[in-house]
Amino acid sequence: MSTPTTNRSAKTFFNKLGIDLRLLGMIGALVILCVMFDLITGGRFLTPRNLFNLSVQTASVAVMATGMVFVIVTRNIDLSVGSMLGFIGMTVGALQVYYFPDIVGLGHWSIWILASIAAIIMGACLGAVQGWVVGYLTVPAFIVTLGGLLIYRGAMWWVTQGQTVAPLDPTFRLLGGGADGTLGETLSWGGGVVSSLVAVGLILASRRRKANHGFTVKPMWAEGILIALAAGLVLGYVYIMNSYTIAKGALPRIAEARGIELTEGLTLYHGVAIPVIILLVVTIGMTLISTRTRFGRYVYATGGNPEAAELSGINTRMLTVKVFALMGALTGIAAIIASARLGAVDVGLGTLDELRVIAAAVIGGTALAGGFGTIYGAVIGALIMQTLQSGMASVGVDAPLQSIVVGLVLVFAVYIDIVYRRKTGA
Amino acid sequence: MTNKTPLVELRNMSIAFGGVRAVDDVSVDLYAGEVVGLLGHNGAGKSTLIKMLSGAYGADSGEIFINGEKAKIRNPRDARRYNIETIYQTLALADNLDAASNLFLGRELVTSLGFVDDDAMEAEMRKIMTRLNPNFQKFHEPVSALSGGQRQSVAIARAVYFDAKILIMDEPTAALGPQETQMVSELIKKLKAEGIGIFLISHDIHDVMTLCDRASVMKNGKLVGTVDVDTVTDDELLSMIILGKHPHQKEA
Ligand SMILES: Nc1ncnc2c1ncn2[C@@H]1O[C@H](COP(=O)(O)OP(=O)(O)O)[C@@H](O)[C@H]1O
Ligand SMILES: [Mg+2]
Repeated sequence: MSTPTTNRSAKTFFNKLGIDLRLLGMIGALVILCVMFDLITGGRFLTPRNLFNLSVQTASVAVMATGMVFVIVTRNIDLSVGSMLGFIGMTVGALQVYYFPDIVGLGHWSIWILASIAAIIMGACLGAVQGWVVGYLTVPAFIVTLGGLLIYRGAMWWVTQGQTVAPLDPTFRLLGGGADGTLGETLSWGGGVVSSLVAVGLILASRRRKANHGFTVKPMWAEGILIALAAGLVLGYVYIMNSYTIAKGALPRIAEARGIELTEGLTLYHGVAIPVIILLVVTIGMTLISTRTRFGRYVYATGGNPEAAELSGINTRMLTVKVFALMGALTGIAAIIASARLGAVDVGLGTLDELRVIAAAVIGGTALAGGFGTIYGAVIGALIMQTLQSGMASVGVDAPLQSIVVGLVLVFAVYIDIVYRRKTGA
Repeated sequence: MTNKTPLVELRNMSIAFGGVRAVDDVSVDLYAGEVVGLLGHNGAGKSTLIKMLSGAYGADSGEIFINGEKAKIRNPRDARRYNIETIYQTLALADNLDAASNLFLGRELVTSLGFVDDDAMEAEMRKIMTRLNPNFQKFHEPVSALSGGQRQSVAIARAVYFDAKILIMDEPTAALGPQETQMVSELIKKLKAEGIGIFLISHDIHDVMTLCDRASVMKNGKLVGTVDVDTVTDDELLSMIILGKHPHQKEA
């Protein structure tokens, strides 16, 4: 039992660190879930293999969830992302299987690049059209994107008359992770060290900037803990991914791909998966956009008070178009990851993803009333959702019960969020 | 009056919402270095009139002249280009953003890389607040956490920071205590001395009599009349507001 005094000192401790209660709660929930599933499965949950799969499975939904934050912050919703993902995946699959080989030649190195660019542009265009209907024709986003949900799922079928497209381009498939689609051990360590150093540099640079303006800065020990946390998290993750061994059967192939001589008793490790790198880049990029660009500032201003934003000279209609276009582009990236991971596209790809994405954003603290939401929150939200689902699957909970639990958790999480907002007055 | 060209001239402005003629054929003008009070009951159309000048509403009919030239003001961005700054009655703050973000909303300071420079904006906010509201401390909280007076001082800061030539103040002291109100009065006198033209909407007859050069009175969307405050008594001004009668009858 904690007395009020220890409660208060704990609060000031986290305040000084600059970590708010919501973030703490989300991390707490994630840790509890992981430990719980690990205990129930007798240590089969927190294994390098499972954590590798978990992070790869999270990537596609998490990428879209970062975009959904902006959509919901501006008081809109996008129900179409699951179908759009399927439509884009199918189109881009058909392009690389039936169309690009005729132009550049089968197995040409440029196919994965062309396919990826096509996916992102297609998503941005579809999103922009939806945003235009919402912003300029003032049809509610709920209706526009509900229409999109039906339209894209139908359009997806037309692309190949319902046939599954396979196999996708081998290089393209690396973007989905798997034994081949990783950075390998050395690159993973290198990337981990570099990104830790960058994080430390950014923390210190921000501190110096604030000090130069004469603002009070966090105490040095708090800064030190933050740095240790950031670097520890990155390097710890790399360490775990670098201790996931590659199966015997895949060894010859991977060894050849990495240019390592295949010897008796050689063990290779996975390293960080490419979709996780994509997610990392998207998360950093979207965080920069949301906190350090005018566009991001206008997204939040418009969500907080649309009238005030308009009176401040912000073109809120155009902003809506841009937000939906960005959501579409991110859906394009998610489509690349999802289709590459499966190596094939069938007409079911992306089904119900819109609900996972919205749930991730909302569990991550995005307020449906608009104005509030963070990128890191949505990513953690996606991770919580995926942990819950994978955990239940590994414990042997059957699919119907999984749905019931996820549904309950979603409603409960939003209730907690409402209580939290009322208490903090935010 | 002077025979110079007015800084602002609103000619025959009209706007209707559905069946309500919120502003009906109203003409007012404003000279540099002058404070013109806009008076009238709630619903008289004062806020709507100035919103046509600030670009929030497009007029159904009427013309706006700035420095004698016809001005096209179709949105708030246009108004800002004419150096028109507005303190709205509703304050028009984004409640979820902090004070500095609101001060610079739509005109953020950026670093050489084009990123929003929050630290520089906070520093500017602190500077202007030492002038406007020295007790103000909540620089890192969303403005929803501020008191009415603090919110109002953020809105005032936004209007005076950007070198306005034409300043519109829609009930700027409504949420302020006596001390802060006094500060705003001093501010108005100072800005006036700098040659800025100010439209001041207020319910306080005393404020209007002391701060304004002229007063325009509205009732039911129509202009009752415009008077030099030196030529009327408090009571005469009051009867213009209540009865809608011009005291001198010459213009009515
Ligand atoms: N956006 C609007 N939509 C509909 N009616 C409005 C709108 N804005 C103002 N009105 C109406 O116009 C009239 C004048 O309002 P307003 O200009 O706010 O008066 P004042 O500022 O003098 O109190 C009122 O009857 C009000 O209800
Ligand atoms: Mg008003």
